[in-house]
Amino acid sequence: MSNADPPDILTIRGVTKGFAVGDGEVEALAPVDLTIPKSEFVCMIGASGCGKSTLLRIIAGFEEPTTGDVSIYGKPVTGPGSDRGMVFQDYALFPWMTVRQNISFGPRQRQLPREEIARITDEFVKMVGLERFADRYPNQLSGGMKQRVAIARVLANNANILLMDEPFGALDALTREQLQHELLQIWKRTGVTTIFVTHSVEEAVLLADRVLVMTAGPGRIDSDFRIDLARPRDVSSPEFNALRRDVARRLTSHLVLARA
Amino acid sequence: MNDHATTIADGAERSPPAATSANRRRNRQRLETLRAFVLGAGFPILLILIWDRAVAMTGTRLIPSPYQVAVMMYDFSFGGVYDDAFSGTILIHVWKSVQRVYGGFFLAALIGIPLGLLIGRIKLLRQLLDPTISLLRPIPVTAWLPLSMIFFGLGPNAAIFLVFLGAFYPILLNTMFGVRSIDPRLFEAASMLGCSGAGMFRQIVLPASLPAIFSGLRIAHGFAWILIVVGEMTGVPTGLGSVVMDGRTLSRTDLVITGMIVIGACGFITDRIIVAISNHLLSWSPQHRE
Repeated sequence: MSNADPPDILTIRGVTKGFAVGDGEVEALAPVDLTIPKSEFVCMIGASGCGKSTLLRIIAGFEEPTTGDVSIYGKPVTGPGSDRGMVFQDYALFPWMTVRQNISFGPRQRQLPREEIARITDEFVKMVGLERFADRYPNQLSGGMKQRVAIARVLANNANILLMDEPFGALDALTREQLQHELLQIWKRTGVTTIFVTHSVEEAVLLADRVLVMTAGPGRIDSDFRIDLARPRDVSSPEFNALRRDVARRLTSHLVLARA
Repeated sequence: MNDHATTIADGAERSPPAATSANRRRNRQRLETLRAFVLGAGFPILLILIWDRAVAMTGTRLIPSPYQVAVMMYDFSFGGVYDDAFSGTILIHVWKSVQRVYGGFFLAALIGIPLGLLIGRIKLLRQLLDPTISLLRPIPVTAWLPLSMIFFGLGPNAAIFLVFLGAFYPILLNTMFGVRSIDPRLFEAASMLGCSGAGMFRQIVLPASLPAIFSGLRIAHGFAWILIVVGEMTGVPTGLGSVVMDGRTLSRTDLVITGMIVIGACGFITDRIIVAISNHLLSWSPQHRE
């Protein structure tokens, strides 16, 4: 395995999803085909109802595709697993556990030796900079801190795909910027493959190696942009703005079409 | 007068500002605690005064005055006033009732909590048991009295059974409700982190429904003390319920009221204990603290 040609970690073939509504069925996802190489940072962007969250939940194993299959390194996904860690918009931390207990939850399920669990937990508490808050409960933390815990919780569990469902959507602008920066640092350090759902074009272009624009009715991947800008990216540079305009144009063209 | 006021003002000025504000805050807190106590204790005192005046003005002989009840309470606790069958027997009666109340209560919790967790989580069990539970629940516990006497005979076991029945439904239903209202994302989060099966019950279902379980325990505990009087009405010689019923039979209203007050005090104290335990276990959830 050379660095020049990383193997695909995730393969999605012909995945569709239908939901029963009354007597009929609504098609949420048209056949989706997608491969994602290891360590890639992918953003999925689209209007609400385009199926981006559904696709993410299918990858996570929380929902089954109606047809088609999802595989990780060729192994089919049959349900939730610790190789894929989901970070939810509303955090979904365990409110009765402290920061440390939330982060150590995964390692504790694997019944590692006590010292090993403590070592991993300390490492990830430190990675997200919450040493001073390690013994606090989630309701004593700000939104940004909660999302840091959620990220640390899945990374401490050796997840090699990070699935993020509008993770910074509920945060204020300053915290959001800070967390975007921290997420990129963590991604660089760990090389974790990241699939990040957002509805902000700027966020997508700022973070991703690759932006997938999705459209609704039924949900499908409309276009696949490569973002080759060097990091850290300057949001006010002409190159950044050109890309942002391209992505936004793809996104809105369909909104206009749908309205007509 | 004037001199005195000046001295206080001078003293306040001389102390450093930080200390002054800390002092002021502490004083305000102390005042708040005092206020809560005065209001909380003041109302029952007012009720006793009204009771006393009402008895005196109407000249009734059916209701004893607060003073007569206080004498009865003293005799019931320590003896030496009337020296009859009830003198100095408070501990025996309290102990018997406590045993029955908590026998029934803990039995109800022991069965109700695990059953509620299972029914709340497993659809098959819910479909199997929910209709039966909904059918049995509206039956007043007191309607079980004749049957419980047939099952358990005249005696303490019938009382324990009634307490158990009365405590069982609130515990079961609150536990079920608690499980049903857990955010499904928590299950998703737990399963992606490698948690499943029995581990899910112990680590997610139980702690997440603990707030609802505790409100069920508090309601059940109240019912348990209500039902002990019914349970001890017949066939048992000791217990606070039997004291109240004996008082009624003997037309000794002072004894009846004394028994009522002791039951109230026992219920109050144990409710405080449950609240303290729940505050301790639910310290992560400020909205469930009192």
